[in-house]
Amino acid sequence: MARSLRKGPYVAHQLQKKIDKMNEGTKRTVIKTWSRASLITPDFVGHTFAVHNGKTFVPVYVTEMMVGHKLGEFSPTRSFKGHSGNRK
Amino acid sequence: MARIAGIDLPKNKRGYIALTYVYGIGRTVALEVLEKAGIEPTLKVYEWSDEQAADIRAILANEYKVEGQLRSEVQMNIKRLMDIGCYRGIRHRKGLPLRGQRTKCNARTRKGKRKTVAGKKKVTK
Repeated sequence: MARSLRKGPYVAHQLQKKIDKMNEGTKRTVIKTWSRASLITPDFVGHTFAVHNGKTFVPVYVTEMMVGHKLGEFSPTRSFKGHSGNRK
Repeated sequence: MARIAGIDLPKNKRGYIALTYVYGIGRTVALEVLEKAGIEPTLKVYEWSDEQAADIRAILANEYKVEGQLRSEVQMNIKRLMDIGCYRGIRHRKGLPLRGQRTKCNARTRKGKRKTVAGKKKVTK
């Protein structure tokens, strides 16, 4: 179910603070975050996020096309590599 | 014979049913189109005059995305998901269901015909 428009997009405030700080200056660093539920807004574009998947941080470089998705969608929590018998 | 959006409509059906043979038109849109063209929805296709058919064609061309255009839009959306590498895109690539359904069993619509694994031992009593 979609989120109510009245509330606006959800971005974890601590994450938003870090992005604002980055956008002011020119320095670009990787932002580590656990906030998988945060929506990617246009001011995220061009930054790299290290999004936690429950075990490690997966680097995600945000492009324009990703706006409107959530950070967690780019950091898979399961890694199925195939069954043992499956060659090729 | 009425040809609309590159599709031959069955001429013995009522207008609003016949229009649903076009990809991208269901009953709701069919009724909308006929309303705009000022044609009785229950009129059979063979009873349409050439001008009426032309009206429908014009409305579809100007206001709706149907057939090839719509198909390519859907494909573009899927391609976008795959390109940005989000969860749904990955599921599309692997041919698995996107919306959190179980895949331990079932999910055959997405996975296709069963692929039997050779050498898998049967459980013996």
